[in-house]
Amino acid sequence: MEELFSALARALSFGTPLLIACLGALLNERAGVVNLGVEGMMALGALAGFAVAYGSGGDGNLWLAVSAAMLAGALAALLHGFVTITLGANQFVSGLALAMLGLGMAGLLGKRYEGLPLFNQPPEWPFTLGALGLALGLAFVLGATRLGLALRSVGENPAAADLLGVNVRALRYAAVVAGGALAGLAGAYLSLVYRPSWTDGMTAGLGWIAVALVIFVGWSPLRAIFGAVFFGLLYYLQFRLQGQMGIPTEVFASLPYLLVILVLALSGLRGQQGNAPEALGKPYRRGER
Amino acid sequence: MRLEPLPAPSPLRVLGVTLGALALAFLLVGGVFLAYGVNPLEAYHTMLQGTLLEAKGWQEVLRRSIPLLLIGVGLTLAFRTQFFNIGAEGQLLLGAVLAAGVALFLPLPAPLSLPAMALAGALGGALWCAVAAWLRLRFGVNEILTTLMLNYVAQSLVVFLINGPWRGKDVRGYIYSDRLADYQQLPVLAGSSVHWPTLLLGVVLALGLQLLLFRTTLGFRMRVVGENPEAARYLGLAQGRVLFAVALITGGVAGLAGVGELAGIHHRLIEPTRLSSGYGFTAIIVAWLARGHPVLVLLTAPLLGLILAGGDVLKVSLNMPFRIVDVFGGVMLLCLIGSEFFLRYRLRWGRGG
Repeated sequence: MEELFSALARALSFGTPLLIACLGALLNERAGVVNLGVEGMMALGALAGFAVAYGSGGDGNLWLAVSAAMLAGALAALLHGFVTITLGANQFVSGLALAMLGLGMAGLLGKRYEGLPLFNQPPEWPFTLGALGLALGLAFVLGATRLGLALRSVGENPAAADLLGVNVRALRYAAVVAGGALAGLAGAYLSLVYRPSWTDGMTAGLGWIAVALVIFVGWSPLRAIFGAVFFGLLYYLQFRLQGQMGIPTEVFASLPYLLVILVLALSGLRGQQGNAPEALGKPYRRGER
Repeated sequence: MRLEPLPAPSPLRVLGVTLGALALAFLLVGGVFLAYGVNPLEAYHTMLQGTLLEAKGWQEVLRRSIPLLLIGVGLTLAFRTQFFNIGAEGQLLLGAVLAAGVALFLPLPAPLSLPAMALAGALGGALWCAVAAWLRLRFGVNEILTTLMLNYVAQSLVVFLINGPWRGKDVRGYIYSDRLADYQQLPVLAGSSVHWPTLLLGVVLALGLQLLLFRTTLGFRMRVVGENPEAARYLGLAQGRVLFAVALITGGVAGLAGVGELAGIHHRLIEPTRLSSGYGFTAIIVAWLARGHPVLVLLTAPLLGLILAGGDVLKVSLNMPFRIVDVFGGVMLLCLIGSEFFLRYRLRWGRGG
């Protein structure tokens, strides 16, 4: 029993960055904008958070570090917003470019922080509780407020929303930037809490898994909690069972990715792709179809 | 100032906008050099010096262009059909794995060995890509995510093989497989590492796929499926078959690129990040720059090959991380797709009438 509880607790802590990043991606997808750049924004957030925490030394600067990470993610997302919302470019390609750019910039500018220690490791639970609260809050906002209704309408039918006086561009920009800030926060969790250090490539595909998770949970923030815990459990098992039972490490290393594929196929089988916001991935320009 | 839609931009405008986007990209990356603490002029000069102004540099550019050329022509076709294969990295690895498997464990007469390796490599890449195509057609799964996830799986597979069953006898430091026999290696241009049969194959494929796309029924179907899926359905085109054909071609050539790296450069199966250095991702830009024309990849692959080779130079001369190449890639891609706005609209100054 104790074993089970500790496993669940670990799963929750492994799942925390996934949940935060997933909620961010979910938010901007609900507003009709796909951002595949999560992996890159996470890397930037991880670097910005670590750099500020390291540069400011001492305690009490966690807020500053976390804010820097969120700002970094938000700025990167703003770029995506400009290219896709204002210039109407292909959202998928823009997101790919952003992933590339974010990983590249973080690796480049982070070189000087490689291998440096961070002495004050913040506790995990405020982040985990915050992520859970965020999921509940987002579910409430999307489901029960006027703002949520407007956001969803912008993702489902921007032309109709526009007609009703909703500012499509402003809302999409807001959702994209907020999503980026959350991806940055997820990155900061990695470099400040989970493993207080900076290494190039430390996001290790978590950002991509978060994007896939959005589809798996059918764009529902509440179900995202279970999705994140599920994958957290998988990461826990990967570390727990490593080197045991004669199964090679690489099998465990590829398990999350294989499982994502399986899970996506399953959600396809359940017809879940139908839950996708109607206008997802489509640019909107007034007077055009 | 107002916007005026442009129904069909002239080729001259396309060229101008593309060059403008590239210029902007180089300007922005200059800013990144500054942020890193390197004078951008010095950085660009170093890149140019080490690539185009030295004979050895030319060879490096050419060597880097080969996988980009092969993968790029395939991706051009894939993007044109709206099949967003971004798993060329994994398909390349699978190609190398199968070719290495044939080379190491299938006793074949010497003259048959290389052709068999190429065939196995193409098959490996094609199958790896076909998985994603099948998942999309059967379950409606977005191929961007599946091809990407399959990259990670392919990496684990390579590490598993060279760390376990295929581990070489003389391994120290890095892990790798046994060395290929001499007759299993691709011939190179004298004194360089430019494996010319693969280069030739890339050129032939660029021309061949251009013809396929614009001169055959299958090519016509591909274009219709990509440009107007509804019309394709109306015409009764079997979308699934077209997508599958595209997936097999794009994955197959990526697999061939893997065979080239294995049999032309490294001569053994080595760690995935050293075997490929991101060709699968860089080729996305190669293909996007070519704007749907496989033959134009003959120009865009060397351009990106130049940037990859330049990244090597910067790494050695200025001690910069190779990640600068990803920065180049991301910025170029963003500028390119952003600039398409100016192909669809014309800015008019003054009041409209």
